[in-house]
Amino acid sequence: MAITFKEVTYTYSPDTPFEFEALKNISTKIEDNSVTAIIGHTGSGKSTLLQHLNALLKPTGGTVLIGDTAITSETSNKNLKPLRKKVGIVFQFPEKQLFAETVEKDIAFGPENFGNTTEEASQVAKRMAGLVGLPAEVLSRSPFELSGGQMRRVAIAGVLAMQPEVLVLDEPTAGLDPRGRREIMQLFTKLQNTQKFTIVLVTHQMEDVANYADHVIVMEAGKIVKEGSPRTVFADVEWLHEKQLDVPASTEFAFEMQKRGFHFTQFPLTESELADDIADLFKKRGQTHE
Amino acid sequence: MNKILFGRYIPLDSFVHRMDPRSKLVLSFLYVIVIFFANSWWIYLLMTIVAFLSILASKINFKLFVEGIMPLLWIIAFTMVIQIFFGTGGHLYWQWGIFSITSLGILNAAYIFVRFTLIILISTLLTLSTSPIQISDALESLLMPLRKIHFPVYEVALMLSIALRFVPTLMDETETIMNAQRARGVDFGTGNIVQRLKKIIPILIPLFVSAFNRAEDLATAMEARGYQGGTGRTKYRQLKWGNRDTIASLVYLLMTASVFALRLL
Repeated sequence: MAITFKEVTYTYSPDTPFEFEALKNISTKIEDNSVTAIIGHTGSGKSTLLQHLNALLKPTGGTVLIGDTAITSETSNKNLKPLRKKVGIVFQFPEKQLFAETVEKDIAFGPENFGNTTEEASQVAKRMAGLVGLPAEVLSRSPFELSGGQMRRVAIAGVLAMQPEVLVLDEPTAGLDPRGRREIMQLFTKLQNTQKFTIVLVTHQMEDVANYADHVIVMEAGKIVKEGSPRTVFADVEWLHEKQLDVPASTEFAFEMQKRGFHFTQFPLTESELADDIADLFKKRGQTHE
Repeated sequence: MNKILFGRYIPLDSFVHRMDPRSKLVLSFLYVIVIFFANSWWIYLLMTIVAFLSILASKINFKLFVEGIMPLLWIIAFTMVIQIFFGTGGHLYWQWGIFSITSLGILNAAYIFVRFTLIILISTLLTLSTSPIQISDALESLLMPLRKIHFPVYEVALMLSIALRFVPTLMDETETIMNAQRARGVDFGTGNIVQRLKKIIPILIPLFVSAFNRAEDLATAMEARGYQGGTGRTKYRQLKWGNRDTIASLVYLLMTASVFALRLL
């Protein structure tokens, strides 16, 4: 399911002294079955943009097209439920949303809200727990007894259990150790490979952007300042530095090498690309020396 | 949540903003007490002038004060209606069973309207021009005499300042949790009262759990930074009584004296 933004603006607390324009004239499209990464500074409007994806916030100006449904400032709050089923959002630190007595009930909460019977919901819960790599014996335990990483898996399973078509992830790996981060990200790639999914990812981990994203949106002060494939966005390292945004470590390394006289036709995005490029460089040197 | 004015602080640089929070607190309190002694339109006029002068000195947009009154309009209207229909004395206009409309009843209703409005104006002025932390500092300082009767002033002040500090944080968190549950298909604001109450559970439990975790983290962090209780501490924010406070106090004392003088007339 594609999501299109047409000249969307959003203002918090309009007509008060606390008025704040968080989105300014945003136009973009999130393609079907793609992985879109949104990067930008804290306070650049990323999270506000996310909440437009399933109509938690309605634009103060412009239109958001979620599939075929148009959301404008006039859209009523009724009948938004079917949309929310299609677009699942995993918020930052999603373990904060857990509340049920058992893990199983918590995962089943979403499907039950969308009309599944308790029986069906617990079936789905069991399947999802397996999918996110939770051992079966955890299902009957209280979510508050689990470790931080496991709690996050429960929360993610709770969103996946709604079987959304679009999965929105707001810094899914924040606060996890390197291993947890890798596992969570691998889980999402696995999901994308096995079933059709549109993923929207907000992150500060540029490695994740380079590794997984098809499309990158760079936001600054409520505006989209750049978008394109990771390669086009990360090509201009100096521009990103100016915006105080990181680039993947491999790109940074290549950038530093270039400063010291090495030449890259295209900056590598991942470690293996960097390794290949360096190997090529050495090969060329070998040839000129001979 | 955007409409709630309570606890909102508008940082500006004005006469009122630079006053000592203690004098603001005491003077607002004085104002509220004095208004209950008002019994004539002249007194109300005087007090209204004082209130508007204070608001003018704070440089805060008057629209905000009107917004502060709006949510309480129902309570004011309700009290006025009761006064009008159950008031006795004076000229009788209309009567039906226990209900009656009299001139004195109407007068009292009008008084109540003015009283309510002025009280709200002055208390809104206090909260809009004084940051919560200043208010808790002021309370701590004003409660100091109670230490003689072993009242835990430091502890109460600490709890108050921590509580005030975390009000916006907890509000934000409530919003986030509500959004997360909405995204999972909870439809707040629909269904009958039992269904609605049930929908509060997925907000309340995470909020409590998070508050417990937060309290534990905060206590650890405070101990790690050498907090050992209230006694023997020095203060970073010093409260100082300045000329402004003297001037404001004189104005308010003059007002109080005039009110009592007018009552005797």
